[in-house]
Amino acid sequence: MSLLDELVGEPEPTFAHLDESSKREIRRALLSAVAIPGYQVPFGSREMPVARGWGSGGLQITLAVIGPDDVVKVIDQGDDAGVNAANLRRLVVASTGVTETTDSREATIVQTRHRVPEDPMSPGQVLVLQVPVPEPLRGVERDVRELRRMHAEGDYARMWVSLYEDLVRNGVITRTTGYPCLVGGRYVMATTPIPRWDVPRLHQAEHLSLFGAGREKRVYAVPPHTDVEPLTFTDVPFEVERTEGARCWRCGSAASYLVEIPGRDRWVCSDTDWCGRRIDGR
Amino acid sequence: MGADWALRVDHLGRTFGRPGPRAEAIVAASDVSFSVAAGEALGIIGESGSGKTTVLRCIAGDEHSSSGSVWLRALDGGETDLVRLAPSQRRALRIDRLAMVYQDPAQGLRLDVTAGGNIAERLTAAGWRNFGQIRQRAAELLARVEVPLGRMDDLVRTFSGGMRQRVQLAAALALRPPVVLLDEPTTGLDASVAAGVLDLIRDLLEEWGLAAVVVSHDMAVIELLTRRCLVMHQGRVVEAGLTDQLLEDPQHAYTQRLVAAARG
Repeated sequence: MSLLDELVGEPEPTFAHLDESSKREIRRALLSAVAIPGYQVPFGSREMPVARGWGSGGLQITLAVIGPDDVVKVIDQGDDAGVNAANLRRLVVASTGVTETTDSREATIVQTRHRVPEDPMSPGQVLVLQVPVPEPLRGVERDVRELRRMHAEGDYARMWVSLYEDLVRNGVITRTTGYPCLVGGRYVMATTPIPRWDVPRLHQAEHLSLFGAGREKRVYAVPPHTDVEPLTFTDVPFEVERTEGARCWRCGSAASYLVEIPGRDRWVCSDTDWCGRRIDGR
Repeated sequence: MGADWALRVDHLGRTFGRPGPRAEAIVAASDVSFSVAAGEALGIIGESGSGKTTVLRCIAGDEHSSSGSVWLRALDGGETDLVRLAPSQRRALRIDRLAMVYQDPAQGLRLDVTAGGNIAERLTAAGWRNFGQIRQRAAELLARVEVPLGRMDDLVRTFSGGMRQRVQLAAALALRPPVVLLDEPTTGLDASVAAGVLDLIRDLLEEWGLAAVVVSHDMAVIELLTRRCLVMHQGRVVEAGLTDQLLEDPQHAYTQRLVAAARG
């Protein structure tokens, strides 16, 4: 055994992969985030066994808040069986020994990219979102100091101008994912990566939503019972995505978020578990 | 100068320190005082480097003044010194109480936003949230400054210099701020375009009863827009008076040189 091995040794495997001080640092950032809804809190994003941009932010949040009694569900585009979702779930379960599920009603922690489960979330549940771009104003301003000033002063006129220009150019607001919302009447937040369809589910919700951007090293949160109001002009109502006459070809639902199967003129529920349960009558 | 001023400036000064062992301050402006009433335009004339733009920037809040006070009737009835406000509060004044029109439209406008969008920025900053009303107001303003309505939804970058200046006026005056600061508003434009923009400025000041401070090195601009003016030289006001008298019968040696040079 070399001297180095004697001194360092094999690292003790820790619960939930991260070392305790890392988890504590992430939890502290999350507490700030919950205390100031919609405000982006910087945190020291760790190197993870997944590449940045592949859910490392959401993963760090899940691993920081998880306990041995939790039940975890991981979805990618509403699908529990997506490659990335399966990998992340395996990592979480392998490093913690917690129970995994696909049923959002049984889960205590739901980690997701792109969707909020169709079943309404209940009090005590935590929704962890993997965020690619946490800064809602990135599209209108590149200077970070100016962005901080705009948030600090609540100066969102240029966000409104971008919505105005979208309406002028296209007649409708075309922004689909990441629709900007005013959280708790104070901060404008990016709802990336969820579609407009899911935005109303964050408003006055029963559950806690935690957003993690690993690459950008930011976390933010929407606590339960917090206003999440999409920015809209008073005479142009906020609308969710909808296709006339579309129904899920598996379960027949017309009231869920549907995605098109390319080239086959068929629609299917994005939330696969919810869809499956409807078919099985569970 | 009665009690009915809309903007009052007292002993305004701006000094640039020069770091280093032989510390020596550069005085860009010193002891500048004046007031402007609603419906009145005051000119500040002087050669480049005389400190006239610095004075304007200090009033607008683009630059910190080193000494003196600035008062706006539209802010707490003129009880609060602007210089003591936090930067965020000074910026808030720029939405609807104090407008600045820059020589270079790129400073006052966002070139990658449409003409209508530039106006919408002021309106939404002031809390307008009705798309139809914003469109209508933007169209009215652009019509007033004689920008063809067909170009309302074009990026300002694609506009000519004169048209950009017109859009800048429309955006700056979108919420009818009682005081407007004009910094060499026509200097970058060729003579015929400049004449049109000057006419527009004069009409707007009159029609809306705005208090204006016009900075220019150009006698013709000052003569056309203002009745009263200050002459600045090396950071100080060397002469003040009615514009026509001052140009006809300059007293200070510098003003005499300035007038002589302009009249050729």
